[in-house]
Amino acid sequence: MENILQLLSNPIVSAVLMALAPLLFILPYALVTIYIEMKMAAHIQNRLAYMQTGWHGTLQPFADILKLLQKEDIIPTAASKFLFILAPYLVFVGTYSSFAVLPFSSAFIGSNIDLGIFFLIAVSSLVVVGLLMSGWASNNKWSLFGALRSAAQIVSYEIPSALAILGVVMVSGTMSTQEMTHFQDGGIGQWIIFGGNLPLWQKLSLIPFMIILFLIYLVSSMAEVNRTPFDIPEAESELVQGYNTEYSGMKFAIFYLAEYANLFLVSAVVVILFFGGWTSPFGTFLSGPVWGAFWFVTKGMLFVCLNIWLRWTLPRLRVDQLMYVSWKVLTPFALLCVLAIGLIVVM
Amino acid sequence: MAAVALYFSDIYRSLRSIVIGMGVTINQMFQPVVTLQYPIEKKAMPERVRNRLYMNFDDCIGCELCANACPVDCIDIEVMKAPATENLGVTSTGQKKRIYVTKFDIDIAKCCYCGLCVYPCPTECLKMTDVYEFSEFDRHNLIYNFSTMTPSEIETAKGKIKVFEEEQAAKKAAAAAQAAAAKAAAPVPPSSPDPSSQTPPPPANPDSGNAQPNT
Repeated sequence: MENILQLLSNPIVSAVLMALAPLLFILPYALVTIYIEMKMAAHIQNRLAYMQTGWHGTLQPFADILKLLQKEDIIPTAASKFLFILAPYLVFVGTYSSFAVLPFSSAFIGSNIDLGIFFLIAVSSLVVVGLLMSGWASNNKWSLFGALRSAAQIVSYEIPSALAILGVVMVSGTMSTQEMTHFQDGGIGQWIIFGGNLPLWQKLSLIPFMIILFLIYLVSSMAEVNRTPFDIPEAESELVQGYNTEYSGMKFAIFYLAEYANLFLVSAVVVILFFGGWTSPFGTFLSGPVWGAFWFVTKGMLFVCLNIWLRWTLPRLRVDQLMYVSWKVLTPFALLCVLAIGLIVVM
Repeated sequence: MAAVALYFSDIYRSLRSIVIGMGVTINQMFQPVVTLQYPIEKKAMPERVRNRLYMNFDDCIGCELCANACPVDCIDIEVMKAPATENLGVTSTGQKKRIYVTKFDIDIAKCCYCGLCVYPCPTECLKMTDVYEFSEFDRHNLIYNFSTMTPSEIETAKGKIKVFEEEQAAKKAAAAAQAAAAKAAAPVPPSSPDPSSQTPPPPANPDSGNAQPNT
């Protein structure tokens, strides 16, 4: 027992353990979300989805994983082998390292750094490098189209999302995700979407801008995770899955896992920025480190479901429409909101 | 100014359409599903559906009307006429069976499900069922052999026919012999008939005498 404690107090061992903790969340989360997504998609279309594997097909995600594990791992002859192998891991690393600054509860955060949300924006942009790399290394024109579109899209939508985050940072006065959550502690009325714990007149005048910022962040986060209606980089009917056309087996699974991890990441960021992170909506009732994790995951999953709902509602945008939305609608509105929030906070 | 108005009206309309669309999808989500889980649940087929052919061999009288009616020649029948002494039983409609049906094959892979073979059947032994799941890995398995006659039965039948035919032939020969005998026994016509009656009378040519002087 003492040996174990001694081992745990070793900084390297504890760092590795802390680094693996989010993975323990991501893997079951991905299984559950794949199931939820398929079921929601099917029921929106009046279908049933999986019914044969287990009760109502609940074992299907496991069967999928088993299938992917058994698949042959093909590397095209003409591909650039090193980059081809590296790309999926880079995509996953970009997403996974952002989990370091997610405060799952008041007691657990991978790394409570002061520039938490800034780190998150910076590191999650690494995904673009991985996508471009996979598209280039595949030596396939569709993959390259997908990768280039993806780069253009993610870079464009970084701007409104960064501005939306800036607006929230101005209200909360901190970039640390944990402190931002503490700022919203104390029930549903203290959440930043309702103006945080500022004086009443400021709260009331902030609410409309916060709602607009929330919508801006929601839209641009959907674009960053490459999901419908912003899925032109992996448009199946046009680009045959875009950058991951040539991938199979475990490499494809890692892309898939990274996409779902990214989906939770942006939902969690929405929760941290606007919906109080791990805080209970009922003030001190049902609050605490364990309940905190519960609230965080529940709120995150609600936004994941919202994303899935939107995905199966809206058709895909055209490239020019995509750019129009980002540069001509979201960015000016975000700038105006930031200006207005600045004036309100200063006064 | 119009461009600005269009810009804002576009934003308003797109937001509104998204909300309406989300309303539609969430509404659909709680509608009853239309999926039929096929191998488990099956839809009842219409009453007069035409699917796999069924043939009740016990009722077949070997008339070959169905094979003649078939537009794609998917019914292959071979028959042998049974000896009249043999009792093959009767069909359920009461018709006496007189013919051995040694082969009654339906190649269901060729069948076009027109149902034309069903109507001519005098004993109503062919019919189309509602069974539609009969795919096979080997297409030869789609040739259905309805004849219940085993090769040994066919041999026996052939033997019987041969015996019968021989009997018939013997009977015929006997009959012929009898007929011949009867003929022989019958009163013979006079072997030396009256020559005057047999041969024509010498031509009395009254004219010839007259002609001669002419020539």
